[in-house]
Amino acid sequence: MRREPLLNALILLALLAVPLAAQALDEPFLVTLATKAAILALAGVGLNLALGLGGMVSLGHAAFFGIGGYAMAVLAAPVQAYEPLMTWPMDLPGTKSMPAIWLAAMAAGALAALVIGALSLRTGGVYFIMITLAFAQMLYYFAVSWPAYGGEDGISIYVRNGFPGLDTLDPLQFFGLCLGVLLLALGAMHLIARSRFGLALDGARQNPERVAALGLRPARLKLIAFVVSGAVTALAGALFADLNRFVSPSMLHWQTSGEIMVFVILGGAGRLFGPVAGAAIFVLLEHLLGGISDYWKLFLGLALLGIVLFARGGLIGALAGRAVAHD
Amino acid sequence: MSAMLLIEQALNGLQYGIMLFLMAAGLTLVFGVMGLINLAHGSLYMLGAFACAAVAAATGSFWLGLVASLAAAAAAGALIELSVIRRLYARDHLDQVLATFALILILSEGTRWLFGSFPLYLDIPAALSGPVRLPGGIDYPLYRLALIGFGLAVAAGLFLLIGRTRLGIRIRAGEADREMIAALGVDISRLYTLVFALGAALAGLAGALVGALQSVQVGMGEPVLILAFVVIVIGGIGSIRGALFGALLVGMTDTLGRALLPVAFATVLPPAEAGSVGAALASMLIYILMAGVLVIRPGGLFGRA
Repeated sequence: MRREPLLNALILLALLAVPLAAQALDEPFLVTLATKAAILALAGVGLNLALGLGGMVSLGHAAFFGIGGYAMAVLAAPVQAYEPLMTWPMDLPGTKSMPAIWLAAMAAGALAALVIGALSLRTGGVYFIMITLAFAQMLYYFAVSWPAYGGEDGISIYVRNGFPGLDTLDPLQFFGLCLGVLLLALGAMHLIARSRFGLALDGARQNPERVAALGLRPARLKLIAFVVSGAVTALAGALFADLNRFVSPSMLHWQTSGEIMVFVILGGAGRLFGPVAGAAIFVLLEHLLGGISDYWKLFLGLALLGIVLFARGGLIGALAGRAVAHD
Repeated sequence: MSAMLLIEQALNGLQYGIMLFLMAAGLTLVFGVMGLINLAHGSLYMLGAFACAAVAAATGSFWLGLVASLAAAAAAGALIELSVIRRLYARDHLDQVLATFALILILSEGTRWLFGSFPLYLDIPAALSGPVRLPGGIDYPLYRLALIGFGLAVAAGLFLLIGRTRLGIRIRAGEADREMIAALGVDISRLYTLVFALGAALAGLAGALVGALQSVQVGMGEPVLILAFVVIVIGGIGSIRGALFGALLVGMTDTLGRALLPVAFATVLPPAEAGSVGAALASMLIYILMAGVLVIRPGGLFGRA
């Protein structure tokens, strides 16, 4: 248990040291990789709240990730086309400002999570998995067949959006921004887990009847957690779209949902830094194995299978021992 | 839209629904008996299609390919059950999702490694190619009509198997009370392997049959898997009857929605806009249907809760 904070600090230090070293060695691509890891970690942090703390096995978080990405495109595309965002019912210009885009992405993600969560939480267990997966697939097909934002081809945003006081086109500054957002989210998750709400949610996962007997409403606690979780993952989606300067339906693809879940599990479900460790390993594996073989996902699959069957608790669980019961 | 076109689309919907049933039946059986959610069911569909395409290309016979698809999918199912799946029965759904997601990655990439990234093509057997004239003067592809008949026959066989045979009694008993039938001397782990292989064979068969209509490629199974989930959510988990009803409902809704919605919107919108709005809405229709069922009956139409 005592080892976990130390491990967290090491993970954080590594995530900070790699891009700094890369910058010093003039390897900007490594900075981009670290940025990708930080953003994917943020998506995992979002899912971890629903999955780890709330016990909701959502296989549809690509929906929120993609909604965040498309929120960025919807706001930024009119600016690059010199058009207003809308003229009815009021005049509204698009924006290239990251804070505004983030707010919109989180609001859109939260709204989608509210609708999907309210419907999916009417049932539980295995239904929940199938339903979240199905709704994400619905949004995927919608994005593919709706031509306004590129349909299947997606849409490019040629210039990265701006943040006051920073040059976001500089890889290191953009990395710092993403890392800052990730740290804020981790801090918020830490506070949530220790708050009255977090404790009640933890209780609702372990024993909903007992929580209900205490006068709390487990379904509502779960729905709130799901909405926050969707908003955080949507924020990650907006950043991911800005990293690639490109949005396409692949962000909404079911495999993205699976991968976000893999980040959380590789690192350790319910652990604060689990998604960070998981996303870093994933990006590293993708880079290293992807360079060796086109079929690197075969090896990812084998590794994942091995971890699920024989090393429950993920990386942090293996290195830091059992802290929280993962049931 | 003419009545003839409507009948043709309804037949397409029926054919689509019956193929979905073959997928959903295996999933719902495996869930009902073993309590396992199997994401890799779509990979077995893909394996069946690849086995059929490969054998048909080598021997020139679609029918041998069909036999191969059944054999390959059942064998792969049994192998997967024995090596991986049986370690997952006692685990929670999260572990099952992850392990079967890993299986998807392994099976998809393994297939891509063996067969390459390019799609294979599977020809419709000569005896079933070409159109057939239905009463009322409608020309309809014979192969699709054969799929409807064949699928219905398999569905009837499955109902007989579950309802009338000793194996069926054991499967139903396994759904009702695992410990009790184990105590009565039924070899439960052999029963599980058998049920999993049966579900796999149905998925492989569906993959091979549909493979002749579309191209056979890696990743073809997962969209169908997700649709089968929608079918199960609508029908109720564990219910074969629910799977049949849900599959037909989803197949019909999807096919007729895609055919009718753009036409319906064209009466109120300009044609280009009507096409895109109609297509976008049609692609979401079955999920909206699922949401509606969840609001009215969260346990599914034939569910036990």
